[in-house]
Amino acid sequence: MKTINASGIYYRDLNEIIKELVRSGEDIINLKNVNGQRYIGDNLSGTTKINIEGTPGNDMAAFMDGLTIEVFGNGQDAIGNTMNDGNIIIHGHAGDTVGYGMRGGSIYIKDSVGYRVGIHMKEYKDKVPVIVIGGSAGDFFGEYMAGGCMIVLNLKNDENIVGEYCGTGMHGGVIYLRGDVEDYKLGKEVIKEKIDDKDYAFIQKYVENFCQFFDYDFQKIMNHSFVKLHPIGKRPYGNMYA
Amino acid sequence: MLKEGYVRIPSGCAISGIIDRTGRLFSGQSIADSIATMHDRSNGLGGGFAAYGIYPDFKDYFAFHMFYDDLIAKQETENILKANYIVALEEKIPTRKTAHIKNAPLIYRYFAIPRPEKLKLSELDENEFTIKFVFNINSNIPGAYVFSSGKNMGVFKAVGYPEDVANFYKLESYKGYMWLAHGRFPTNTPGWWGGAHPFNLLNISVVHNGELSSYDTNRKYLEEFGYICTLQTDTEVAAYIFDLLLRRHGLPIELACKVVASPLWKQVERMSPKEKILYTNLKIIYGRALLNGPFSMIIAYEDGFVAINDRIKLRPLTAAKKGDMIYVASEESAVRQVCKNPESVWIPRGGEPVIAELIRDNEKEMYSTKEVTA
Amino acid sequence: MSLSYLTPEFKVLRDYDKCINCKVCMRQCSFEVHSYDEHLDKMISNDMNCVNCQRCVVLCPTQALTIIKHPQTFKEHANWTYDAIRDIYRQAETGGVLLSSMGNDRPYPIYWDKMVINASQVTNPSIDPLREPMELRVYIGRKLDKIEVDENLNVKTKMPPQLKLETPIMFSAMSYGSISYNAHAALARAAEELGILYNTGEGGLHEDFRKYGKNTIVQVASGRFGVDREYLNTAAAIEIKIGQGAKPGIGGHLPGEKVSEDISATRMIPPGSDAISPAPHHDIYSIEDLAQLIYSLKEATDYQKPVGVKIAAVNNVAAIASGIARAGADYIAIDGFRGGTGAAPKRIRDNVGIPIEFAIAAVDARLRSEGIRHTVSLVAAGSIRNSADIVKAIALGADAVYIATAALIALGCHMCQKCHTGKCNWGIATQDPNLVKRLNPEIGYKRLVNLVQAWSHEIKEMLGGMGINDIESLKGNRLMLRGIGMTQKELDILGILAAGE
Repeated sequence: MKTINASGIYYRDLNEIIKELVRSGEDIINLKNVNGQRYIGDNLSGTTKINIEGTPGNDMAAFMDGLTIEVFGNGQDAIGNTMNDGNIIIHGHAGDTVGYGMRGGSIYIKDSVGYRVGIHMKEYKDKVPVIVIGGSAGDFFGEYMAGGCMIVLNLKNDENIVGEYCGTGMHGGVIYLRGDVEDYKLGKEVIKEKIDDKDYAFIQKYVENFCQFFDYDFQKIMNHSFVKLHPIGKRPYGNMYA
Repeated sequence: MLKEGYVRIPSGCAISGIIDRTGRLFSGQSIADSIATMHDRSNGLGGGFAAYGIYPDFKDYFAFHMFYDDLIAKQETENILKANYIVALEEKIPTRKTAHIKNAPLIYRYFAIPRPEKLKLSELDENEFTIKFVFNINSNIPGAYVFSSGKNMGVFKAVGYPEDVANFYKLESYKGYMWLAHGRFPTNTPGWWGGAHPFNLLNISVVHNGELSSYDTNRKYLEEFGYICTLQTDTEVAAYIFDLLLRRHGLPIELACKVVASPLWKQVERMSPKEKILYTNLKIIYGRALLNGPFSMIIAYEDGFVAINDRIKLRPLTAAKKGDMIYVASEESAVRQVCKNPESVWIPRGGEPVIAELIRDNEKEMYSTKEVTA
Repeated sequence: MSLSYLTPEFKVLRDYDKCINCKVCMRQCSFEVHSYDEHLDKMISNDMNCVNCQRCVVLCPTQALTIIKHPQTFKEHANWTYDAIRDIYRQAETGGVLLSSMGNDRPYPIYWDKMVINASQVTNPSIDPLREPMELRVYIGRKLDKIEVDENLNVKTKMPPQLKLETPIMFSAMSYGSISYNAHAALARAAEELGILYNTGEGGLHEDFRKYGKNTIVQVASGRFGVDREYLNTAAAIEIKIGQGAKPGIGGHLPGEKVSEDISATRMIPPGSDAISPAPHHDIYSIEDLAQLIYSLKEATDYQKPVGVKIAAVNNVAAIASGIARAGADYIAIDGFRGGTGAAPKRIRDNVGIPIEFAIAAVDARLRSEGIRHTVSLVAAGSIRNSADIVKAIALGADAVYIATAALIALGCHMCQKCHTGKCNWGIATQDPNLVKRLNPEIGYKRLVNLVQAWSHEIKEMLGGMGINDIESLKGNRLMLRGIGMTQKELDILGILAAGE
């Protein structure tokens, strides 16, 4: 275990230290006083756990392929950008474009997220990315979504569980919302359905993880209705061209 | 007729350079005799000289040599000059009537140092301050041209054959430790004296034979570093490139030479690992500072001069040594005319510089060429 | 469906004296133009389907076939042209957006052809490249302002990562999906042999081609297809694709039917799924976001690889390029509006963007005026048709060029502009295994090598003529160009004089 006081360290220098430690197989790295340093975990692989106290900068865990990053604070924009594998736990809220183009791994966010979360998430074979959000989400949630799973729990009962244009251009993957969503908010490529036992079973382990990370009561959360959004087809624009 | 700066005029040329490495001063007669030997390499449409060590009484002052078309240009220039500089002496440059030298402009010189308050305000060093002043006059005052701006040195040039130019300026009466000369063969008829060579900026003076095919590439590269190429001549870009490399980038002269006449990639590949790194870096960083096309040139700076020709040797250059005297010229005859029994005479290979610098205190006697791999 | 008003665009002429009913034409045509009529015992043609790809013409063993433009005309009308009317019929029948392929085919001025190149006479010598040294090598990447050395001439400055090109030509981005496996195989191998680079496009990097990594530029586009650690680590350089000359400002998509098993594995998306590239990168809504992605990729590759940015040439290209240079890009690729594509909406392709000649001149001038031109490399793309275009592009200010359409033509493309159908009879723009195998990568790569070597030799000849023996001395050397038949404004934008000046 290694502890680094990140206060005043420029991101390049901080990441150089982190890369070195991860590559040498360090099991746990504690980063104290992080504030705005970008690209933590960028394109790293391994089993290292990074604990971050403070507010990590943009593009945290971009292209990440393994590792677990736990943030004791809020996250900024573009967390898990094009991430391939690994886990992210945020004890707070997160900004826009979480999980853009994400192909694998998981992101758990205790509170709400900003706009365009899960945009163009995709899956391939055994790689199925998951984002679980404790609060609510902004507009364009799951736009172009091509695979993976997003779960929005709306534990604070926000009036808008997701914003408008939810799932526009969606052509793969699935979104679960705890509660309901107005049809006008949904993209025309999306079908909304009640969830069945299979769905319950599917989301159960993710919600369990969420409860474990953030100390919530699993039964209380699950004891609620859910809807599921999935795409009409894999070819949303098949007939657009002459 | 468009003058230099508005049209690009290719020129053929004769060049010559002499230095006494002990710093002993000698009269301008030698260089005049040397360049006169190559009379037929020029066509009477430009000749000039650069003399170093000629103003010992004002060695800490910038010596500005000016051409003015008229008194208005002179007045405007002096207004700017005196607002920015303390002028210790101003005078007409002495000339004598010479048969073939016609249409002389007003020719003045000023020994000046920047006004301390102006210098401080500009946040520049005195060299940068002076470059700005020179660019300003040359680009913005019609009919005025600063043709020499170094310290303890001066350029003398005119439209005419070099021997006539020497006579016109009474060069036999000046004493310097280093002299350059140039005889020009322009392809058309520039009526303007500013277009004659040498070209000078601060203490760098250049005489040059040949036409650069890379002119516009070099020029655009230099413009990025704030140089303003007003003359459209190869000599001007060559001078600025050496100013950039030597003064602003602090490169040793040997490396500066390897920028303007860089080794070919095939040669770089045969080098030692250390040299390979050096020359790969040089070529990548300074690719656009390569002087491409035929040239032989002499670049004089405070410490001495370097004579060099292009890397595939498309122009002639001969060097000679006698004691502490080093001679370089387009033709061997120009050396032998003023140095009867040289110890050695050699013809440098393409891109191989002849570096002749003043012998510094405590420096042991060394020969004129510093060999560098290429 | 009601009666189609569309008539054939081309007419197949068959010389029945020569036709031997061998049916090669029938087997070769994926558009099903040719068939054998048993009753008549002769080959017949359905002109309606013909796209004039000339596969049948080339392969016919008796040269019995000729394809001509169909003589059927509408009443002559300068405004309502043949294309204008037909496009309306097509859209009225389908309600669809018109799709097209390859570059803008409208008769806009081609400024390459209005520029001529200088040569030495007397005042400096021309150089004979057959017998004297002539250097075409260029390095693509950020350059330092200056070198610093210690007293022993050890270099103290650290050179940013560079791409070494033995000739100033690279193969431009074409994804696996838009073109075939065999086309990629030919490009990758040719790049390796030529000492240059090819570009994967945005469709991922097939595992078979990882061995060409040092000759590979990988793209990170808005769809992020196939982008993972190995992808980034394998490549010699990474290119952020913002835009493409054939379709500036819009995204793209590879239709699901082209997403075969192999393509699915390369793009890392499920087979049969549309591969949609959003119009923008959704993590780039502003120039500082571009800087963020550039440095994200630099962090990802430990600052060991150049990160370039490709943009389409648009009105404000000079300012945009300046921003990209300042955002930390190692090179900027600019794609003019005649650049090719595997599929683009026709109206976009034909109407959006500006010519590369103006774009490169404007960008070079802007970067110079800001004193940052020497810090970044410029790559010109968007219809480089021959070696003279390259010389002109570099004289206008490019460091190197990208070629793609020309490379495909070398591989056999006949410019029928039907890439989007996926039925390419030449095995280039198709994923149909029966068509793909028509392109032999062994032959294809040699044709590409021949083309680039021939062009390189021609560039050397032109340089030699100008009295230049290093391509570096051509960069931005606009005095080597003169314009013919241009307005003063056009000459000013190109920064060149008129012929005779």
